Amino acid sequence: MDPLTWTGALAFLNPIYQIALLLLAAAIVIWMVMSILSAGTRQVANADGTVTLAGNPQAMASLGVRFAFLAVAALSLAYLLLGLVMNTGAGIVGAMSRQLLPTWVALVVLFGLSISFKRRLGLYGKLFDSPIGMIGFGLVMFWVFTGIFAAADLIATHDPLAQVSGMKNKVPGTPLRGAEDGEYAWYLLGGDNLARDVFSRMVKGAWEVLKYAPLATLFAFMVGITLGLPAGYYGGRLDTVLSFLANLILAFPVILLFYLLVTPEIVATGLPQFMAVVLFAFPMVFCGVLIHSRFRTQPNKDYMWLALVLVPMFLLYMSLINARGSKIDFWPLDFFDIPGGVLVVFVSVVFVNSPTVFRIVRGLALDIKTRDYVAAAQTRGERPWYIMLWEILPNVRGPLIVDFCLRIGYTTILLGTLGFFGLGLPPESPDWGSTINDGRKLLSIYLHPALPPAVALMSLVLGLNLLADGLREESLKD
Amino acid sequence: MGLFILRRSGVMIITALCLTFIVFFLTNLYPNLEKLAKTEGNFRMSDEAVASWLEKNGYAQPIAVKYGQWLGVVPGWTRTEDGTVTGRCLDGGVSPEVAADAPRYCGIIQGDWGYSTRFKTEVGEIIETRLGNTGYLMMWVLILMVPSALIIGVLAGMREGSATDRSLSTLSIMTTATPEYVSGVIFIAVFASSTVGLKWFKGTATAAMENPTFENFFLPVLTIALYGMGYIARMTRASMTEVMTAQYIRTARLKGVSFPNIVLKHALRNALIAPFTVIMLQFPWLLNGVVIVESLFNYKGFGWALVEAASNNDIELLLAVSVVSVVVVLLTQLISDIGYIFLNPRIRIS
Repeated sequence: MDPLTWTGALAFLNPIYQIALLLLAAAIVIWMVMSILSAGTRQVANADGTVTLAGNPQAMASLGVRFAFLAVAALSLAYLLLGLVMNTGAGIVGAMSRQLLPTWVALVVLFGLSISFKRRLGLYGKLFDSPIGMIGFGLVMFWVFTGIFAAADLIATHDPLAQVSGMKNKVPGTPLRGAEDGEYAWYLLGGDNLARDVFSRMVKGAWEVLKYAPLATLFAFMVGITLGLPAGYYGGRLDTVLSFLANLILAFPVILLFYLLVTPEIVATGLPQFMAVVLFAFPMVFCGVLIHSRFRTQPNKDYMWLALVLVPMFLLYMSLINARGSKIDFWPLDFFDIPGGVLVVFVSVVFVNSPTVFRIVRGLALDIKTRDYVAAAQTRGERPWYIMLWEILPNVRGPLIVDFCLRIGYTTILLGTLGFFGLGLPPESPDWGSTINDGRKLLSIYLHPALPPAVALMSLVLGLNLLADGLREESLKD
Repeated sequence: MGLFILRRSGVMIITALCLTFIVFFLTNLYPNLEKLAKTEGNFRMSDEAVASWLEKNGYAQPIAVKYGQWLGVVPGWTRTEDGTVTGRCLDGGVSPEVAADAPRYCGIIQGDWGYSTRFKTEVGEIIETRLGNTGYLMMWVLILMVPSALIIGVLAGMREGSATDRSLSTLSIMTTATPEYVSGVIFIAVFASSTVGLKWFKGTATAAMENPTFENFFLPVLTIALYGMGYIARMTRASMTEVMTAQYIRTARLKGVSFPNIVLKHALRNALIAPFTVIMLQFPWLLNGVVIVESLFNYKGFGWALVEAASNNDIELLLAVSVVSVVVVLLTQLISDIGYIFLNPRIRIS
């Protein structure tokens, strides 16, 4: 087996691609300079000192940007599509493109369906009107699908924990020595310092992130909403106490808090578990109050819904906090155990995130509670919790959804930070933070183990940021 | 105004007390003390030996008493055994006469920060040198970050929706999406790697502690500055676009004031009120970045001391680190509140 080059048989495209990239960069710079120089006028000074009025140079520059961008996009697509067909014949890029086939299919299906039905899909459909939002959504969904399919073992070429002799720190595209039948014959992105496949670890790491980040953010939102709404609505002493507590947590340096919570000694005392008992109870409280405040006057419906929602949630909750051989071990119906380290990471991320959500919700509630429809609800004698959860909350959903996207990105960064310091998650875990931490020790000699997870994390967070921007733009339109 | 500052300072002191107590409580949990005893004494200590070691070194007292002693409002513990006296305020075992002359209170109020079990020196000394290193780093970060973020924000916000706006906004979103440990790795790969990189800069900042040069110091500074820059730039842009749609700007335009004059003389001052608060509130995040960058570039500053103290359960050093960081965070919050009132005449605290 020969080592793979980056583009293989498509190498003839490389010079064209470079030219297109250079053109794009030049076009963007010219476009920017034009927009500063030609301030609201069509008069532009040329380099030779003359002044021209003909045409609009700014429009021409933006046309240039558009064409250069199209060229770059078309060439990138060519690499990927030809890679799909030619597999390893198109080098590392082609082989990776082929490995990611399930992701591409899922993306195409999702975008095709969404764009054709976008008028009927509400805010989600409107997202496909804004290019920024579409790019962001595409990036996010790329990693979501990659994570899901990687968890189903459709993408990774090797076991992310398997060490193959002779592959230590090998450069991308190195063939495996004596690869057996059915085994993938190359390390597409090289081997790390323990001779594991970097590509497989990167795609598996996507799943690690997707498992924790959105769920932790959701829990933080439950806590923040359940406490923030009454703080903003009632005000007074409750607000003072809760705001003081939130500021207390916010003033704490995050890394110090992680170091204090995540050490094995603290885990042994059961403190994170007790925190989990409190923090994980909030979703139940939230759902319970949500249902009861709505159906208070219809007891039959009320009890039915409460039982339908709260019983499964309670069982889940008890399984979550109950763990064999730990401080909390009394509940007989334990369906699953969360590994200690993972629970701690989860709890600390929720704990750090919820005060910020609390402050946002409190501010929004303070603003909304002066509106007429709140006064109307008060006049017709609605209870405070009904007003908070069924009058105020639906009307602040826009900013909350936007912040939810941003906060998933921020949680991803936090999880990466934890991995980077080797806290909490098991040491061989393929999550991006840990992989970057492993790779950075030999960074000045071997780049390939640290760069892929770094770029992956960056693109996911960038995608979430762009998605949030697109959503904000679209939700402000109506 | 005086009352406002007084009240804020009171809340600040209560917050600092609460936070240090939490840190104190977490570091003084029994498993942590057991680990400390084993690292200080010997690793094969029996449970009784651990208990007697803790008893001897004053760790077995109730937590509130210990916290009071550390704070310096409760007299330090002493213990007499075979004619020698050991105690919190004493240096090893001494005779009763010497012990009688020693100060009774020794906590942080008296300026005694304690003794670091990791570095085997006074905590005060460590904090001073490490904080000096980090202060120098932070100074350059602020010098790089604040002006460039403001310039980017103002340029993007002065004409909303223009090409400059769109490209600079994309740039600032990209920098906020790149945490320090990612941008640091990429910068080292591009600028410092010995195999494929450009070799413009050094990949470590160890030498920068004695002799900071552009070559060994620029990358860490840039790494921290970039992450904070995007956020400040976005806030500046938002406030600038808001100001540019105000009535008085339209009046100025109708009077025929030139565009640069409008931006520099009319809009800029009002547009910079909001970013001021944001810059001040960025400090807690900068602290985060400092820890990451200092371990990535091996620069032995405050963040490095935090990591060392936390991973070795060095209680006194950890407490000192948390006191310093909490005070920094709270002070910046106070400054941002007061500064906001001074800058924005529309807000009056009665």
